[in-house]
Formats: sequence, C-alpha cells, structure tokens
Amino acid sequence: MAEVPVVDARGFSKTFSGRKVLTDVDLAVSSGEIHALVGPNGSGKSTFIKILAGYHPPDPGATLAVRGHPVALPLSAATASHIGLSFVHQDLGLFEGGTVLENLLVGQYRTRFGWRVPWRSERARARGVLGEYGLEVDPDAPLATLTDVQRALLAIVRALIHLPASESALLVLDEPTARLPHDSAAEFFGRVRAIADRGHAVLFVSHRLDEVVTLANRVTVLRDGRIVARHRATDFTVRGLVTEMLGFEMEQLYPDQNHGYGEVVASIKELSGGVVRRFDADCHRGEILGLTGLIGMGHDAVPYLVFGAEPAHSGTIEIAGTTIRLTSITPRRAMSLGMGLLPGNRSRDSAVGEATARENLTLATLQRYAIGGRLRRGMERKDAQAQMARFEVAPVDPEAIMATFSGGNQQKTLLAKWLARRPQLLILDEPWHGVDVGAKRQIMRLLSEAASDGMTIVISSVEAADLAEVCHRVLVMRRGEVATALAGSDLTSARISEQVQLDTDTRTSVGGSGGRASQ
Amino acid sequence: MGSDVDTSIGSPGKGSLGLLASRFALPVAWLLLIVVFTFLQPDLFPTARNFQSVLSERSILLILTLGMLFGLAAGEYDLSIAATMGLSFVIVGWLNVQNDWPIEPTIVLALAAALLVGVVNAVVIVVLDVPSLVATLGMGSVLAGLALGINNLIVSPVAPLLVNLARMKIGGLQMVFFVALALTIATWYVFSYTPLGRYIYFVGAGRNVARLTGIRVDAIRAGTLITGSLIAGLGGVLLAGRNGSVDPNIAPALLLPAFAGAFLGSTAINPGRFNPWGTFIAVYFLATGINGLQLLKITGWVEQVFFGAALVIGVVFSRLARRALERGGS
Repeated sequence: MAEVPVVDARGFSKTFSGRKVLTDVDLAVSSGEIHALVGPNGSGKSTFIKILAGYHPPDPGATLAVRGHPVALPLSAATASHIGLSFVHQDLGLFEGGTVLENLLVGQYRTRFGWRVPWRSERARARGVLGEYGLEVDPDAPLATLTDVQRALLAIVRALIHLPASESALLVLDEPTARLPHDSAAEFFGRVRAIADRGHAVLFVSHRLDEVVTLANRVTVLRDGRIVARHRATDFTVRGLVTEMLGFEMEQLYPDQNHGYGEVVASIKELSGGVVRRFDADCHRGEILGLTGLIGMGHDAVPYLVFGAEPAHSGTIEIAGTTIRLTSITPRRAMSLGMGLLPGNRSRDSAVGEATARENLTLATLQRYAIGGRLRRGMERKDAQAQMARFEVAPVDPEAIMATFSGGNQQKTLLAKWLARRPQLLILDEPWHGVDVGAKRQIMRLLSEAASDGMTIVISSVEAADLAEVCHRVLVMRRGEVATALAGSDLTSARISEQVQLDTDTRTSVGGSGGRASQ
Repeated sequence: MGSDVDTSIGSPGKGSLGLLASRFALPVAWLLLIVVFTFLQPDLFPTARNFQSVLSERSILLILTLGMLFGLAAGEYDLSIAATMGLSFVIVGWLNVQNDWPIEPTIVLALAAALLVGVVNAVVIVVLDVPSLVATLGMGSVLAGLALGINNLIVSPVAPLLVNLARMKIGGLQMVFFVALALTIATWYVFSYTPLGRYIYFVGAGRNVARLTGIRVDAIRAGTLITGSLIAGLGGVLLAGRNGSVDPNIAPALLLPAFAGAFLGSTAINPGRFNPWGTFIAVYFLATGINGLQLLKITGWVEQVFFGAALVIGVVFSRLARRALERGGS
C-alpha cells in the first residue's frame, strides 16, 4: 500500500445540541485498500461520513488531508466531490420522477456535452455500464418501476462512473449492500475490489460482518462515537467484531426458534400482479413464514399485493372468517381484517422523518387516545414512551424528531407501531434493512415473542441466514412463483441460498455464492 | 416537539436553544416592530384606536389564510381560494343590493357557491388526479372572471343586518375579529387535539406512510379543500358586512398576502408545520408593519413589497426550520 493515504482524517469530533456523538476519530484510507467502518447504530459512523461529505461541519480541531495535501474544513459538498470523494448513502439520493438514464447521468451530461444531450449515444453507453455492473434494466425505464435493490445498484453504479479515472479517489459506501442478496453482494464487492486494485481507496460501512471479514483489508470499530478497535488484514472474526461493537460478549446471536404453530389464520390463493405470476400460501397461527428469492422474482412484491398497497391482478385472501378479493383490497380494509405491513422502504413508505417518534409510533392506534373526540396527548406520550422503553429504542424520547434516530431505532419504533395494533397477520418487508446486529437481534426476539403469543408473521427478505434463524418455514420464489418450501432440517442458510440460486443460470452475470464466514 | 402552544412551551428539554429561538422569533419580531413604530410615531401608532383598527381590518385576511391552511397542511395548494371568497362577496352584492333579496337566503347562496367551488376543486384534484397547483390556478381565473361577469361595479349598501353584525363592537374590536379569533382556536383544536388533525398532517408530510397506515388520504385531501373553500365563502360574506359595499376587485388581491401569512406562520410556534397560531401572529405581524409604514407616509407600493418579501422569507425560513429539525441529532 502507498505511504501517503488517499484520505487522512484526524481528530474528527461532532457535538449535537450538547451531546457528543463523535469523539476524536482518526481514520486513514490508503490507495488499494478496502477499509470497513463498523459499529452499532448510533455509534457515529454516519456522522463521520456526513462530515466527509460536507453535510455536517466537524467540531473545531479536526484536520483532513487528501493525497497528502491539507484540505480546509468544513468541506462543501462540491469540494468533496472535486477532490475525489464519492458517496453512496443509504438513502441513495435518486430522483424519483426520472428514468434510469437520467439518474445515471445527473450532473454529468451538462458539463460534458454542452447544451445538447446526445441521448442516443448516452443510452447506448448507459446500457453498457449498467450491464457491466449486472443491472439488467432498460435505461428508459422510470425509476419508479425499479425494485429497491435495483435502485441501490443504480446509485452505486452512478457513484462508480463518477470517480475520476486519473487520480486516486475515495469511494465511500454507506450500507450499500443492505438490500442485496449475498451472492450479488459478493459480485458487487468483486467490482469494488477491482476499483481498489486500480489504486482507489474504498471506505465502506456495513452491518454484514461476514462481508467485512471477507472483504476488508482493514477494519475500524466505533462504539459510542469512539474508536474501540483497529484491525488489519485478517486478524478479525465476526464474533470478535460483535463483542467489540457491543462492548460485551453475546452468548447467542439469535433467539431459539423451536416453538410450534397452530391452525391456518390466513390463506392466500392464486395471487398474481406485477412480477408475481402465482402465489398461494397458508399462514398458521404463531408461524413465522419467510419469503425469499432473487431480485424481481416476486417475494418482494407479495407483501404489498396482499396488503393492498399495490394493485393485484387476481387472488383472494381468507382471513378472520371472510374471503376478500385481493384485486379490490385497500390498506385500510386490510388493517380492519387484522393485517399490518411494515414496508421495506423506510423513508418513503414507513416513517415521516420530520414528525416526532411519538407521532410515528401512534399513527396506527391514534383513535385509542381520542376520548370524547379529544386527543389525550399526555396519555399518548406516556404510552409511546413505554413502548420505546420496552423496545429498547435509544434515546427514549418520544418527542425527538424521527430523522434524528438511527436506522435501527427508527425500525424498532415502527415495529412498535404495528405490534401495538396486535394484528393477526403482520407482514414485514426487509425488516432488518440497515439495522445493526444488536437491533436486529432485538427485532428478531420481538417477532418471536409476538409469534409465540399467536401472531402470524410473514417476512420477505433476501437475508438467507436471518430467515433460517427466525422462520419456521421459508418459501423460495422463482420467476414469480413459489418454487420450493423449506422447513425443519431443510431450513438452513445454505439450503435457502442454494434454492434461490437454482435460477441463476438464466440470468447473466450473477456470480457464485460469496464466501461466508461462520458465525 | 409538541404540536401546539401550551405543551411545547411547558415541556422541558424539548429541542435546542435554536429551536426555541425559531419558535418565538416571529412573535418577538412583532413586539420589536411595535416598539420601533411607537418610538417613531408616538402620537399616531400606539393608540388603542389604531390597534383596534389594525386587528379588525385584517381579520378577513386572517380568515382567508386559515381556510388556506387546511389544504396546505394536507399538501394541497388552493390558488383559487381568494377568488372563491371574491365570488361569495360579489354574490352578496348582486343578490342583496342589486336584486333586493333578503340577506338570509343571500348568505346561504353565497356559501353554497363557495361549497360548490370546493367540491369541483376536490373532484378535479383528487378524483381526476390533476395537480392542485394547476387545477386551482385555472379555477381562480374562472371564478375571478365569473365574479366580474356577475357584477363589475362597486355596489352598496349591503343589508344593515349583516353590516351591523359584522361591525358590532366589543371592547372597540369589530365582530369580524372575534370570528377570526374563534376560527383560529377551532383550527388549532382540530390540528392539535383531534386524530383528524394528525391525519391531515401525515397526509401532507408523508402521503405514502398515511396511505399504508389506512388513513383515508383522498377523503382528507378533498375534505381540506372543501373546508378551505367554505371558510373563504364565510370570509366573503363577512367582508361584505364589514365594508358595507361590494367591490369585485378586493378579494383576488388577497391571495398572495394569504400565502405569505401561511408560510411565514409556519416558521413560528411550531416551526416547519402550518399552524393556526403561527398564522395568526404572521398575519398581524405583516399588518402591523404595513400600518406603521403607512403612518410614516410610506404608502402605495409598500404593501406589495412587504407581502411579497414575507412570502419568500417565510418559505425560506420554514425550509430551514425543517432541515434543522431533521439534523438535530446524530
């Protein structure tokens, strides 16, 4: 590795309203290096990256050098980009109303081609670039038609093509793989490895510690805003990192999942719509049912079709003694039948960032606090506080603005929102997307408890290992249909991945299963 | 942060000093303005008579702004709301003054017309899915034209019953002021103390979240638009009473001041949200500024400049307030 780091940050601290969230963090990333930054939610990773991106000014005393040259702080976003710092954030920053091509070229074509955009050649070039990164979508497709996973890939591709080719640059990836299946994450990191080998530096934040172990040359562990450990090469393990992140040894990563389940609570028949060609499933009392598959194979669409969030083409659901046509079901009707949906896209469908945690938490149960038409806000606040404490949301401040919570704490708050309704059937899409191991374990425990109490839970996710841990049964979807059901001794991470993979020969450029470290 | 005055002031440790400052920046600016004009015009400005006149005179604008607040809170712009008020206003003149209708059926018809406008807006925007900005821009022009078609002259006198009612004085303040005050309180109650108010806020701030939580998004969008139109209609009737005459050119000119009041108001009391007390303060802050300048003999152009600047500044500050909220933590 080169002697002069591409980026050398020293003494980064940050205080918000008197609360220190980042204390004296030194971090250097060299050319050719993939440097992982890990830590639980709220440990200061995002804050550190936002300082680098010019979003937050650091507290006085911080210094930054890029390729040996000092850079004035605070950075502006424009400077950051100019000196070769490129970012892919969790929220991706894509333009909802645009097409794939427009999103890919944002900020590029104007300077490069003068006033006229040569759409035809740009389209051809885009197709090439997208194909190179395994994103098989039409450049003219509206962004709205892409799945969350395709969106993540697109944002990454955009950051990659924006890196200057000549000088060593820093590519910062903030949870870029949170929604990718493990195999495409491995494929993706192959690309990242190639970029690092060309002399660039990569800083990545990930909750997937197995990826960190497989890929990173160096790891820096943050806890409560301070660096608690630095590792180089391969002197780290998943278990060791978890212990460092949490500050104590975790006896068991996931709760036991061995209780049985009862009669059929909800029966979905002949559901079709969007990419889903045919879906049938019986959901039992106390069962946690997993849905998985490759991107665009349907498992990620089923939750929205069943809940009426997206229009179904055909199908029925039998629940609470009634049979409802899924072509005409609405979220409101679904809720009245005892269903709940925790969507996967948190900022778009699930949380209102500018509202308080309390307002988000009580939205589905607000009528409870309206006595005689008047909202009893003291009662509402007390209840929200109690729920947040029970779900170990930190800080336990119901009046804090939602956007100021970390991803894991937001997700726990939103899970509390739905569990408070005590639905018969709770459907979750990627419930641990962008959530650290500690919060993930809590969410799993809460779901298991709810299932033990008789709730029926359906989880759609690409996380094979997590599904294997928490589910009683997993349905693997291929080409819009249920291809396999796994249960009992068949229900292992490896079996799920294998079943998901069976379809890969029909898709281009999705590589073999990534090297997964044992847990 | 609470979403109304009393809990937010009273609760300790809610937000930073900066948030507290932004919450009360506008009320403080209002007080400062009063102090400055008192100093500059000690004989004319700080008199009970002047305050009473400012409070009464601008209460129609406050009513119109409160009507607009419902749609804005739910994420819908109503650019036809001033013209709706103008339609009701002109109908009073046309039926009561020119055609000698009794005042009671005249009022009913004027309100019915406003209601009809609200329903048409709601159908076009919610059912036919036309962006509210475009739909109501067109509707505003249609209504302003219709009003002129009905009657393009200044007519008087309006029936004494309505005039006396609107001008009835309590403590030197006209009845219209108390109507505006009551409407402020009612709006505040709905926004802060009913589930409906919370739903309206979520429909505006996170439409998908609201829909996926079973909130009747379309009904709320339609309802806020119709409520706004009805309130504008009420404003038109009261305006006829307060003025005693009907001038078709008055109402449409109130559109921009109403927007200015709503947006400037969203920077105060509950920064980042459209809220009735912020609106109340914003409207009277603007009224005080214009009144003071007029007493200094700076007149004519000043109103336009003042309201225009207030609108832009209001939008800028409400954005900054929102951003500050979202960045307030780690």
